[in-house]
Amino acid sequence: MSLRGAAAVVGAAETPPRRTTPGMTTLDMIASTAALAVADAGMEPAEIDGLLVGPQVGETPQHVPATVAEYLGLAPTYADLVDLGGATGAGMVWRAAAAIAAGMCDTALCVLGNVRTDVVPRSSNRNPIREFDVPYGGSGANQAYAMVATRHCAEFGTTPEQLALVPVFERDNARLNPDAVFHGKPITVDDVLASPLVVSPLRLLEVVMPCGGGAAVVVTSPARARRAPHRPVWLRGAGEKVTHRALSQAPELTTSPLAAAIGDAYAMASAGPDDLDLLSLYDCYSIMLAVTLEDAGLCKKGEVGPWLADQDFSHTGNLPCNPHGGQLACGQADLAGGMAHVVEAVRQLRGTAGERQVRDPGLALVTGNGATMSEEVALVLEAAA
Amino acid sequence: MTIAKPGPTPVPLTEPFWAAARRGELLLQRCRSCGHHQHYPRMLCTRCWCRELDWVPSAGKGRVWTFTVVHRPGHPAWSDDVPYALAIVELDEGPRLLTNVVGLDPADVTVGLPVVARFTEHGDSTIVQFGPEYS
Ligand SMILES: [Zn+2]
Repeated sequence: MSLRGAAAVVGAAETPPRRTTPGMTTLDMIASTAALAVADAGMEPAEIDGLLVGPQVGETPQHVPATVAEYLGLAPTYADLVDLGGATGAGMVWRAAAAIAAGMCDTALCVLGNVRTDVVPRSSNRNPIREFDVPYGGSGANQAYAMVATRHCAEFGTTPEQLALVPVFERDNARLNPDAVFHGKPITVDDVLASPLVVSPLRLLEVVMPCGGGAAVVVTSPARARRAPHRPVWLRGAGEKVTHRALSQAPELTTSPLAAAIGDAYAMASAGPDDLDLLSLYDCYSIMLAVTLEDAGLCKKGEVGPWLADQDFSHTGNLPCNPHGGQLACGQADLAGGMAHVVEAVRQLRGTAGERQVRDPGLALVTGNGATMSEEVALVLEAAA
Repeated sequence: MTIAKPGPTPVPLTEPFWAAARRGELLLQRCRSCGHHQHYPRMLCTRCWCRELDWVPSAGKGRVWTFTVVHRPGHPAWSDDVPYALAIVELDEGPRLLTNVVGLDPADVTVGLPVVARFTEHGDSTIVQFGPEYS
């Protein structure tokens, strides 16, 4: 059995990322974003019989699906928690399709949201990272991605100037996305290289900005999808791979587990890199997007540095990538940041992306990446014929 | 007010590792069944799931697999330590561990640099850092 064509995304919505979200709880954010997505699907809440949510550290540490279902007045026949960091959103889409194909629900709401204040509490982990990494000053994600970048530069001669092209093109794309935190704030390679060094070789403008916000999609059965107001966006392929949590335990540094996940998604979709009209690739750091471009087979392993300068990633370019500006230009609303890549692909494939619409895209690759290049999901999504 | 640096949080299974560090010894787990060396310590061998694991001393030698020089630490207790070198060292026995490279200018750390273990007091514990091979 394959999930190819098993379900379609018929609704998508975002509460755009903002630096702070005064006065809101996480449940408020989830509920308001969910309502936008269900309305976008042209559905009544009573039609939602599947619910996929993400973990919420602190506010609702356990019983998250039941808490969200109760808050929304839903009584799902399939309720689940997906915990794959930045890959959670993409991971929800194939799980929803699998549940629909298995007959456990007909229409699933996949929703992620977070709130943010200026005071961010420290996590209370009691795990191997807390025991073996934190005592060395190795807290947080920045240092891990910096070490991926160091290795890529050492192995392949990739330069900071080359990696700086990533935030530059994403800010450029965000000129056409008024919802982006950095809308109307283009930058140059020199700006990136002049921004403060955070963790060598990564500088401030190569690091995603944490925000609060929400993103949701509605996934439904083929029969119901054909009655939806928007053109359905079909799931054509999916792949997933989880290999480690701490970077010291990663099997390798310059190839992500995404390479395997993308390979599986291509195989299910009977497609390859040359068939893609749109890329919506997870980009928490410049280096993550660069490694993903290699792992998707768009350029050879190790050659992304010189290759980047020859690409036009704008919505009218040879290889449209993150037309919304990605998370580096939009801000990262925690787990919803990954779902935003699904939302953008859906908008593009059904032709509702407005000013930044790519011309008639047929196939899109969406990636999600969690933890320290650890938990990875790839989706191939297809526009309705 | 200075914030205390969080130290190791041993559990019964990992306590021998930290006790050895206090004596200036770097211990690894070696699988009795397949010979696999691993770090951090676990209940079973990650290669064959055998639960018979012996503690064996590492020679404490390896190379920098990758590193970063931290200018903005992820934890405020390290604010006065910047810039400092955070690295993943690959031991000659195979396992990799997150650590610091000390004893040289962080700007001089490179991928592939040969390093040896150094044992550093850290509050009530001892942590395993690495320094250049000849220093
Ligand atoms: Zn073994």
